[in-house]
Amino acid sequence: MTNLMMPSRRTLLKGAGAGVLAGMLPASVGAQAAPVKVGFQLHRTGIGASYGRWYERTATAAAKLINEGGGIGGRPVEILFEDDATDPKRGAEVVDKLTQADGCDVVMGTLFSHVVMGSAPRAGELKVPYLVCSEGYHVASGALNRWTLQPGITDVRAQISTMAPWVAANLGKKVAMFYPDYAFGYDHRDFFTAAMTANGGEVLAQIAIPPTETSFTKYFAQIPADTEVLYHVMVGPAVLTFVKELGEFYGTGPKPQLFGFVDSLEAVDTATPGLEFLEGSHFWEGHPRVKAPDAGEFEAAYRAAVGVDDFGASVSDAKDVATYAHMFSPWETLFFLKQTMEAAGYQTTADRQKLVEAMEAVTDLPYGIERPQGAKVFNGKTHQVFGVQYISQIQSGRLVKVHATTIEDGLYEDAVDYTTMSF
Amino acid sequence: MAFGPFLLLALMEGMVTAAVLALAASGLSLVFGVMRVVNVAHGEFYMLGAVIAWFVAATVPGPAWLAFVAALVIAPALVAALAALADQLVLKRLNYDPEATIVATIGLLYMIQQAALTIYGPDARPVAAPFTLRLQLPWFGYSGYKLFVVAAAGAVLLGLWLMMTRTRAGLVMRATQVDRDVARAFGIDVDRVYMGVFALGAALAAVAAVLVVPISQAHYLMGHDPLLLSFIVVIIGGLGSLRGTLAAALVIGLSDGVISMFFSPTLAKILATLAVALVLVFRPQGLFGGRER
Repeated sequence: MTNLMMPSRRTLLKGAGAGVLAGMLPASVGAQAAPVKVGFQLHRTGIGASYGRWYERTATAAAKLINEGGGIGGRPVEILFEDDATDPKRGAEVVDKLTQADGCDVVMGTLFSHVVMGSAPRAGELKVPYLVCSEGYHVASGALNRWTLQPGITDVRAQISTMAPWVAANLGKKVAMFYPDYAFGYDHRDFFTAAMTANGGEVLAQIAIPPTETSFTKYFAQIPADTEVLYHVMVGPAVLTFVKELGEFYGTGPKPQLFGFVDSLEAVDTATPGLEFLEGSHFWEGHPRVKAPDAGEFEAAYRAAVGVDDFGASVSDAKDVATYAHMFSPWETLFFLKQTMEAAGYQTTADRQKLVEAMEAVTDLPYGIERPQGAKVFNGKTHQVFGVQYISQIQSGRLVKVHATTIEDGLYEDAVDYTTMSF
Repeated sequence: MAFGPFLLLALMEGMVTAAVLALAASGLSLVFGVMRVVNVAHGEFYMLGAVIAWFVAATVPGPAWLAFVAALVIAPALVAALAALADQLVLKRLNYDPEATIVATIGLLYMIQQAALTIYGPDARPVAAPFTLRLQLPWFGYSGYKLFVVAAAGAVLLGLWLMMTRTRAGLVMRATQVDRDVARAFGIDVDRVYMGVFALGAALAAVAAVLVVPISQAHYLMGHDPLLLSFIVVIIGGLGSLRGTLAAALVIGLSDGVISMFFSPTLAKILATLAVALVLVFRPQGLFGGRER
């Protein structure tokens, strides 16, 4: 006799069996649309925090656009962000967590070169594709491993080799350099010095500044008196102080011509009081912050997707200036991932090696919504992408694009062939 | 740049460092002198001063100098209130035991730092200086505001000295510093004095930060270096001696400025730390330190 309060054993077993079957049902339906899990090593805190903020927004917007278009091979993209505090040691731990604990298919997103150097070896050990968004020359130099690639942003060596001829021809031949005292800065120091010498110029002083430095006046006295061009590429929270103190030091008196990388001003409004002396000076820009009149047809759609207005600030807060010259890299990297995962027929983490091989086979990457910064050429041997560079000038407090290089200008001989290395 | 102007620039930069350091370290010195406890969270009170100054500057409308004056009043007051609260809730319950206080203030350090990270965020943000004035010397330009910082720090320290030597509150503090139990026997509420001193120490650090924030920027990690340097200054000058703190701040600040410019900032820090080691070995009470009790 069945009684609701005291079910018989048979009823209980039937109910349990039905429950188990019901529990399995969503899983079997879900497996067909199991997401592609992308682990994102984000600089949410630490000296890279302003970049991290924009990298997160841009990556989220790219994933949204990809998912609206059907995802990667019909599977939705899911990004797991993890803060590495812009610290190399923590970076390696984050790569570990995203790969082993969270089961991500790939890891991407690192910008600061010292964190890349600290994290890439772990990615190599774990045999997970590691797509850095960094600009450092370390990928193409052969210092890393076959699992590490940089498909979304050009590297410093290419950038500098296109800037040096322009600086020598337009600004001056005797240069004093300011650069941060770590890997990324050393790339600038080494390649710009070599490129200047090749263009008939000379670097008179190489002044290294710790990335955590907060007061810069003490370094300015080291600038030689016959300097014609002051070259600066600063990173970290104190960039605004650097530029302001430079202005106080020189003021309205005679000063060298300035050539900077916009890294010195990323996330900083060029119209900030104290920056007036930058008027007329030139900057390398990876992607012009202020929308140029001849900008590509996809520029408006890209800006709308990532929430940046035509002057490079957030559409929801005009004081929140974008790190526009770098933030396109996670966007382009995600589209590169989509393209190569689909080409390789990627299904599970067992296909990671196939995926890297598919990446190494990529060559031309034309301009489009997938590449808002511009067309690119990928070098499968060095794992590095090449693109155009821009030079802008500050006019009436705004960066105005004045020059664009070609992809060919930035090419250099391969220093490594990762395809000959083992996985 | 020729040697003379180079040295002048180094000394000017050193004076600014010394001024800010003197203010911050005097807060630490006062707390140790009267309460005999080490406040490891001192750098975070400094950072809070800068962060609150940013909030004030962002909300107070009108000219920059008005926002700055408001910040100079509000930030130290709020930091002092927080410090008084920390004293009542934490330090008093530990009975001002030296080791327990160190551990407790380390915890306070992380709480304040992470709270700033959560509420204020990881970015460094500028605060406009109350006035922009550029001094144009024949060899280089210099910020007039930096000279104002030196003058302001001097004024605050003068006010502190006047308070300690000429007012009743200062007398009470000095009495408590000399002998706590006898002071209590004379009817001084030692607990309230301790709370007041802790609050004053934090307020001095906050004032230093408000003065320095237009030069550098407000960042949640900015308390780390001032903490280290304040300890160096206080140990060299002698714990509990304000005169020693001032002298040591001048020495450390000026030498930091000169060595940083002629050699490197890292060497300056190495030498400062070496000086601490030497003082601890040869004259543990510091240059001006009083007798050990």
